[in-house]
This record gives sequence, structure tokens and C-alpha cells, in this order.
Amino acid sequence: MAIDRTKGEVWVFAEQEEGKLSDVPRELLGKGRELADRLGVRLGAVLIGGEGVAGSLAAQLFEAGADVLHVIEDARLEVFRGKAYRHAFVELIKECSPQIVIFGATHMGRDLAPAVASALKCGLTADCTDLQIGDYTDKKCTCEDGSAKVVKDVLLQIRPAFGGNIIATIVNPYNWPQMATVREGVMKPLDPQPGRTGEVVRHESHLDGVEIPVEVLEIVRRHSSINLKGARIIVAGGAGVGSKENFKLLHDLADALGGAVGGSRAAVDLGYCEHERQIGQTGVTVRPALFISCGISGAVQHLAGMQDSAKIIAINTDKDAPIFKVAHYGIVGDLNVVIPKMIKAIKQKG
Amino acid sequence: MNTKAKGREGGYNCVVCIKQVPDTKKVTGEAMKADGTINRAALPAIFNPEDRNALEAALRVKEMYGGTVTAIAMGLPAACAILREALMCGADKAYLVTDRKAAGSDTLATSYILSCAVRKFNPDLVFCGRQAIDGDTAQTGPQIAEKLDFAAITYLEDIEMDGDFAIATRDIGTGVEKDRVKLPALFTVTEKFGELRPYEVRRVMKYKKAKAPVENGGVALEGDFAIGQLSCDDIGAEADRCGFAGSPTNVNKIVSVVLAGGDYKEVAATDEGVKALVDELVADHTIG
Repeated sequence: MAIDRTKGEVWVFAEQEEGKLSDVPRELLGKGRELADRLGVRLGAVLIGGEGVAGSLAAQLFEAGADVLHVIEDARLEVFRGKAYRHAFVELIKECSPQIVIFGATHMGRDLAPAVASALKCGLTADCTDLQIGDYTDKKCTCEDGSAKVVKDVLLQIRPAFGGNIIATIVNPYNWPQMATVREGVMKPLDPQPGRTGEVVRHESHLDGVEIPVEVLEIVRRHSSINLKGARIIVAGGAGVGSKENFKLLHDLADALGGAVGGSRAAVDLGYCEHERQIGQTGVTVRPALFISCGISGAVQHLAGMQDSAKIIAINTDKDAPIFKVAHYGIVGDLNVVIPKMIKAIKQKG
Repeated sequence: MNTKAKGREGGYNCVVCIKQVPDTKKVTGEAMKADGTINRAALPAIFNPEDRNALEAALRVKEMYGGTVTAIAMGLPAACAILREALMCGADKAYLVTDRKAAGSDTLATSYILSCAVRKFNPDLVFCGRQAIDGDTAQTGPQIAEKLDFAAITYLEDIEMDGDFAIATRDIGTGVEKDRVKLPALFTVTEKFGELRPYEVRRVMKYKKAKAPVENGGVALEGDFAIGQLSCDDIGAEADRCGFAGSPTNVNKIVSVVLAGGDYKEVAATDEGVKALVDELVADHTIG
């Protein structure tokens, strides 16, 4: 008997390292809750790890919105290894037939999700900035009366494409599950609901007899002091800053305001600032109270990562730069002149 | 430096997958076709940046441990330009995978076609760029590995060889990991690996005339000047897994971005202008 695919759950991969969840699973559960409610199905979190990993994390995932927790615990899954995780995840999907599976576009998610999609021969859309449910009209496929076929309630996977001038909606109407990755910070977590609980379902890892060709010899964790997501004020620079030396000016302004420093992809590519500081579709998404944009022209991929900031000040020499279209305050001028004036005005206030 | 001792007899057979990409910094709406796919002809085409790092990784393995480097590009005949670049930098052989049946491939179909091509060369090591700048998906590399059942190591920053194993250093986002990986294996390489070496002058002279048959009236050149050409049939790729037919994802809708206009105030780039702005932000408690 064929399974009714529209009854399948919506799943979020609850990525953990060393028994800790990052912010991403909670963010994805926020969006997943919305999708599952719209479809009238359960929201599942998938937790994969070593023995006992579900212990402390189950409650957090239920409080973040999951109805059901699918757990695979196995000593061979203690540390992330692509093939082992892929194998276990693929078997789990075959067993449960979820209709949607969402991964964080983290290093782990971007390793695992493509391999899972490849094994299942289903589609995968990277770095979505929004996910919605809607109908898809397949113009290539017509019904008997000649009208185009409509596939109901598919996952609309929305992402900027090709340099960001275009927002594309991608669908995967037939080869389910529908899979997508989403960058950190893009979706909003729900407020935790203390005491909210759900069903825990344990599954086999199916790893017996599977050769895992990778041995992890050593992991050195990096404790980054850069925390853009948590910053109330962000000063960000782009190619227009002109040099790594000039970027110090942005740090001075951020220091004066108690804020953090970010950069556009161009600034990162030019080596003006670290990769961890990149704001945009392929970097971090931020929504600070104040975003001061310096010498950033405003490619849509960058704007996708900052346009929800409460207040945006744009400083740019090009009065036609797209950044001014999303800014609340625009200063057409040289940042090397404007920023020192700003620092001076702030210090006078202090 | 006796590094060969850690390699193995005969070195390693390396394959590098490279892609010619539109320079996305120069994309405009006019470069899109009605079906949502990109009109590559309307854009300057470049050697995908991280594929250059992937080629460097393969060349470094060859330099230190011996073996061969084969570059494969899937795409239109114009992609031969980057295959010539690969040859000029030190690749031993170059192959273009080109076929009308491959048109419209999403990452799943692309990785299937490339996996068929890679399999033909029976490599020990496969290197891909982490991601291509036209899609930024980072999906093709891991998917090729899955289809070949090779170990997949993403975000490679450094590599050493130890017999039938690679010792790989990779970025895991929250830190750096060192893995011992059994061959055959595929690696996706980031810019942290290091820049592609410059062309060798004598190779430039030799390979600037290299051509694939499709660039030469269908006739293959002799010897060193030949860029190999492979169709889907040549690599045993099934038609229903290539191109549009083999691509589960569809582009449903494309909208040009309209930037949201809201309250906007222009501030003069003067002491007074900037001071008034700061005062306003202090007054509404945005700063201070």
C-alpha cells in the first residue's frame, strides 16, 4: 500500500556537537512549527549522536517546538562522520517518510544534507531565506482535460540566486522528501515553552556492516570572540572601505558604540576582515537595533542578511548605491571623513 | 625532505572537477532566460575560485608524492578555456564533459554526470572546489562522493598522504578537525588551502593551442594538444538521470528584487549633519 505522502512529518535536523545544540535547530524548529501547522502534521526533530545524547537535549527540543523527537544513539555516531550520519539518516527517512527535512546550512549540514539527498535521489535547495507552503503548477505536465497539473501544498524554497538580483522559488514536487538548508540566524526561534513535552522515538543506526572510511584523529575547537548575532549595534564595511588598514576605523566606531564589526562578502574576499564577520546570504543574518553600513554597495545577497535591522545608516560615496534603498538614514560621502565625525559626536555625548 | 616515503609507490591518481562560472558580480536581470535558468553567454566566464584551490591541492599532492592530475569540466565548449588554464598550471590531462542531454541539470543531475565521468578515471583522490560562485550550494562535491561511495571530506584546508590513507585537515565551522581517511576519497577544498600556482611559461606555450574536438570541427587534436571530450553516452550516464529529466528541483518563480523603500532621511556629510543624526539616535535610545 502506498503511503499517503501528505501525512508525512516535517523534520528538522537537530545538529549537536559534544552534546550541545547550537542556535540553528531552535531557529529551524520555529519555521518548522509554522510549516507543520499549515500542513496539519507533526513537527519532528532528528537527533543523532553517541549513547545518551538525547538525555539533556530532548527537553530543549520540545520546548523549542518539536512534537516528536527521533533519536539515533550509537557510539559510532559520537563524532560527526559524513558517511555514518548519512547512512543512519537515510535509513530513518526511508522508515518514516517525512515530507520535509530542513538542515542548518552549517558546515555539518552542508556536508550531510547533500549526501542524504543524493542517496535518496531527491532535490535539495541550499541557503533558503524563506520557506512557505503553496501550490505548484506544473506546466510540463497536463491533466486529461488539457489543464496544467497542480501539485498541492509543496514546500516553496525561496532563495536569492545568481548574484542576488533575482529571488528564485525552487520546488521539488515529486521526489520527496523536500529538503532545504537554511543559514544560521535566518529563521526566528519560538519563545521557549517551559514544560512543553512530546514523544521520543528511538531508532536503529543500521551501521552494522557499514565501513566508515574516516577516523577523526583530533578536533581543535575555536572559541570565536566574534558574536555578530548577539550584537545590538553592528558597524559593517564593504569593498568601499578600501583597505584592511581603513577597516580599523570601523572597529573604532564599533568600540565607541559598544558594537561589533561585520563585513560584506566583498570585504571578506578582499581580506579586509575575517570570514566569521561576513554578513549576508552566505554569511550570518543579523537584525541589530542599529546597523551602520560603510562602503557597502548593497548586493541583494548582502541585504538579505541585514535588511531587517531596526535602523540602518548607510555611508557611501555613490548616491545611487542600492544600500540607500533599504537605509533609514543615508550619508553620501567618504567614510574616512564621515566616521571620524561620527566618533567625535558620540564621544561628545558620552 | 623525504616526503615520498609517506606516500606510496606510483603516487596518486588525482582527478579535479572544475567549473566555468559566470562572474556573479556582473549578473544583471537581463542575463536570465524566461525559464529561470541563466543565460551564461551574457556574462563574463571565469574559473570558479575555489576550483582553483582544488586544482592546487591536486598539484601539491602530485608534486610531493608523484602521480597524475586529470582535470574534468562539465559544461559548454567554452569551458575548455579553464581546462587550458588547468593544463598550463600543471594538470596532465584535461577532459570536457559536454552534452545537450546535460542542459538544465540541477546539483543532483550534475553530480550524477560528474560521478560517471570521474569513475572512468578510477582515481585515488578527487578534489572539487567547496562551492561554485553561481549557485553557492556546496552540494555537488558531497553528492559525487555519495554516488561513488567514496569517503567525503568537506572544507579541506590541508592534506598529507600516508600510504593508502590521507591525513586531512578540515574546517568544521566550530574549529578544525584532523581526519585519517581511507582512499579512494573526495575532498571539497576552500580558499584556505592556498592559491593556485601561476602558469608555467613553457606550459603556456605548449597548451595555449590545446583544443577539444568540439572546438576543432569535431576533429581530435594529436597528443599534448588534445583536450578529451566526453558525452553522456561515453561515460555511461543514463539519459533519464541527466539534465532536466534527472533534476528533481524546478525553478517555480523568479522575481526581480525590488528594494523596500521606507522612511528615508538624507544626512549631510558634515559635522552638523552627523551630530544631529547621533543626537536623534541617542534621543530614541538606539544608542547611548
